[in-house]
Amino acid sequence: MTDITELGVKALRDGVADGAFSAREVAEAFNANVAAAADLNAFIVTTPDAALAAADKVDADRAAGKPLGKMAGVPIGMKDLFATRGVQTTAASHILEGFRPEYESTVSQKLWDAGAGMLGKLNLDQFAMGSSNETSHFGNVISPWRRAGGDTAALAPGGSSGGSSAAVAARLCPAATGTDTGGSIRQPAAFTGISGIKPTYGRCSRWGIVAFASSLDQAGPMAHDVTDCAIMLESMAGFDPKDSTSLDLPVPDWSAALNADLRGKKVGIPREYRMDGTDAEILKSWDDGIAWLKDAGAEVVDISLPHTKAALPAYYIVAPAEASSNLARYDGVRYGLRDLPQGANLQEMYAATRAAGFGAEVRRRILLGTYVLSAGFYDAYYTQAMKVRALIARDFAQAFEQCDVILAPTTPTAAFALGENQDDPLAMYLNDVFSVPASLAGLPAMSVPAGLNSQGLPLGLQIIGRALDEQGVLNAGLAIEQRAGFSAKPDKWW
Amino acid sequence: MSNYRIQGATGEWEVVIGLEVHAQVTSNAKLFSGAATAFGAEPNSQVSLIDAAMPGMLPVPNRECIRQAVRTGMAIDAQINKWSRFDRKNYFYADLPQGYQISQLYHPLVGEGSLLIDADEKAGIPEDKVIGVERIHVEQDAGKLMHDQHPAKSYVDLNRSGVALMEIVSRPDMRSPAEAGAYVRKLRAILRYVGSCDGNMEEGSMRADVNVSVRRPGDEFGTRTETKNVNSVRFVMQTIEHEAVRQVELLEAGGTVVQETRLFDPGTGTTRSMRSKEDAHDYRYFPDPDLLPLELDDSFIDECRASLPELPDAKRKRYIGDLGLSAYNAAVLTAEVETARWFETLLAETASAQGKPEADVAKQAANWLISDLFGALNKAGHDLENSPVSAAAGAELLALVGKGTISGSISKQVLETMIATGDAPTLIVDREGLKQESDSGAIEAAVDTILANNADKVEQYRGGKEALFGFFVGQTMKAMQGKANPQVVNEVLKAKLG
Repeated sequence: MTDITELGVKALRDGVADGAFSAREVAEAFNANVAAAADLNAFIVTTPDAALAAADKVDADRAAGKPLGKMAGVPIGMKDLFATRGVQTTAASHILEGFRPEYESTVSQKLWDAGAGMLGKLNLDQFAMGSSNETSHFGNVISPWRRAGGDTAALAPGGSSGGSSAAVAARLCPAATGTDTGGSIRQPAAFTGISGIKPTYGRCSRWGIVAFASSLDQAGPMAHDVTDCAIMLESMAGFDPKDSTSLDLPVPDWSAALNADLRGKKVGIPREYRMDGTDAEILKSWDDGIAWLKDAGAEVVDISLPHTKAALPAYYIVAPAEASSNLARYDGVRYGLRDLPQGANLQEMYAATRAAGFGAEVRRRILLGTYVLSAGFYDAYYTQAMKVRALIARDFAQAFEQCDVILAPTTPTAAFALGENQDDPLAMYLNDVFSVPASLAGLPAMSVPAGLNSQGLPLGLQIIGRALDEQGVLNAGLAIEQRAGFSAKPDKWW
Repeated sequence: MSNYRIQGATGEWEVVIGLEVHAQVTSNAKLFSGAATAFGAEPNSQVSLIDAAMPGMLPVPNRECIRQAVRTGMAIDAQINKWSRFDRKNYFYADLPQGYQISQLYHPLVGEGSLLIDADEKAGIPEDKVIGVERIHVEQDAGKLMHDQHPAKSYVDLNRSGVALMEIVSRPDMRSPAEAGAYVRKLRAILRYVGSCDGNMEEGSMRADVNVSVRRPGDEFGTRTETKNVNSVRFVMQTIEHEAVRQVELLEAGGTVVQETRLFDPGTGTTRSMRSKEDAHDYRYFPDPDLLPLELDDSFIDECRASLPELPDAKRKRYIGDLGLSAYNAAVLTAEVETARWFETLLAETASAQGKPEADVAKQAANWLISDLFGALNKAGHDLENSPVSAAAGAELLALVGKGTISGSISKQVLETMIATGDAPTLIVDREGLKQESDSGAIEAAVDTILANNADKVEQYRGGKEALFGFFVGQTMKAMQGKANPQVVNEVLKAKLG
């Protein structure tokens, strides 16, 4: 029998349903992998009992002949940005260390309702701010991937959903939740050779997800392949009256409608994404992607997204502005860390608590956001950035008059070594250059593995679709997946 | 034009006043959460996860709060903005869990409107005056800090956190404390008519930020100060009186008025500085990304408009025009929605009890309510709200008078008994034998006795001193213990005196 932990969502679910193995066997196998992978630091908290309890429920339901959910018997990792009732929820911060919510996020609840179980809470960049996982208060996640040729340098799993990407790539869980604000699902997926989709803004409820930048944050699945992403997204998405920005639309049956035949479809190639200094291997994989989509029947057209250059600066105004306000609630008054120096007044308690509770990158973004919203600067920064945001959305709208999906690299480079970009926040921010535009426009976008570079590290290709056209994105992703034939996985060293 | 002037050492000064009134929206739930809003509940017993700003919690607008604010806007003839948006006002304080207040700075729900304050000669308002209202926006209230529960600690009560407020911002159109007082009273009356705020200033349901500046009559506006959270009409007026004099003294001494936030001290009737403009917060307003713009459709707006009651100005006009009431009576009856409601029930009951059109009994009902009932209730320490006499019982009493069963003077006595016992007027009249005597035989006998006993006065009357007629009426009524029908007494006396 094959190793259960090599299987993905669909295979596990179907195996449990068919009786090839029990849900408990599945949970035990993944629990064992999680327990043996402490070196990766992918989890902040492990919850083996929760995984077993969910599995037992599925096994009992199956024995009783009850209908099983779409994720029945599939244990998953939960990014520690989702509130989980009774289980520590930290956003990888010190300020929320020890915080146990009395509520369950809508997305995680939907997954449990679909029969999934929780293996644990996954590490991430603190408050989802980062591209390497180095901003976590609980130490950075280490990518299971290493460069070829005996180089043992610890590599970044990407971020902010770096615990999710590392855990899926290392077979600690078959799938994991991620959240994407400017690329936090797509970039780590690309770095670790897995698939991940950020759906249209509003598809997944934000209720119970620790907020980073409300107008950008979207939850999505990270898994081995496109089909698994489609299945899991079906269980995560859906209207939630508790989130005013949630879309009141039915959730399509994406997995059933998957179709890699792209005849009659047009794929846009944005010329502005061909930036100076982009890694030659990245450009090569992009060309491979173009060839694969042509092979799948699509027509390839050149398109222009003229305001691409302004996307990153606009993002680094809008996201920190929202974050500076969203994170004001962590003040030491009601929950979480309180640092009350002897004789301190209220203002001094705030200062001490927030200085001790937030890491350097979070503090940097709070200051950045506070600055751009300040009297006298608001119009020059925030108002301008919102105009740029509108222009970027218009760029996409115009491009989608000529094409059905857009193909681009997910990241400008393959995974970098931990510590490499740490002293230069701007270099780190550049990692988001290809992923941020779709976030600003609220469009569905996914990363699928395209191959390995000369160092043996995975590269990802990004597909961006029209608003609400997750199906088109998934279909193009499937066409690439079938032709890329990506089967590489990291050698187990941990 | 108001002639209110501060007499300074160097001449006259005019005071310019604008008010920002915060009115708590009457609603069972908070603006963005389902938590309850009752006053006086145990601390922190009406707090949802959203009000406590737990991680990942999101606001969802409460339709009823929006509806009430729109209805309020309609009641002051304001522009209703079909597209508005919520903004975050960012600042740190222990009573503000989110670290920001959700408010509306850039695109308020309600735009330009106006409110009429009525002429009041005695108060120095010579004629009706229109006060402009710049806008009404909706926003969240903050919680409350309690400093008196522990010697070293402050406690936080979040029951009010997230409660819906309307901020009603006037134009700087008022020129005297009396006008400001009239504005607040009128606004309060309208809110209570509409039912969008209970107007209870003691419980904090309504409070005002008072903006005051002074200038030489006709000059440009001076620098203003803003006195926060003033919670009664009297205190609003005191704040203005004190601020105006303080600013005039400051200016005449060669100083300048500093734009600042001040606090009113009810104990001394004075204001003191809270923080200056330099210390003012930079609130970093920006659109709340958790909320979509608020878009109102026509059917919502139509429903709001259709649900508006008749408002005080229209009601007053109708009372004068259709019911024939005096301007004074109409003003008294429409000033408070409870009074108007009570009057209208009384009027309907009275008309039906006497089988007459309302217009025919309106004066009788209005006079009785204002002269008799208010006086009697006041004497007994009651007000209309807890009156032991219902409108129906009042109508019954008026019908007894109208049909001549009792006299007007006896009705006052019956009313006092009604207030004391809660009994029905017919029962009281029967029990105490207060029915009016219309039997001319009994009256004739009494008149005969009186004329016989006062032969000298009869002489004088017949000699042309007709004023004595009233004396004979009074004596007859006294002899009949007030129960004689005055009309019959008149007829009998006229006949006998010849």
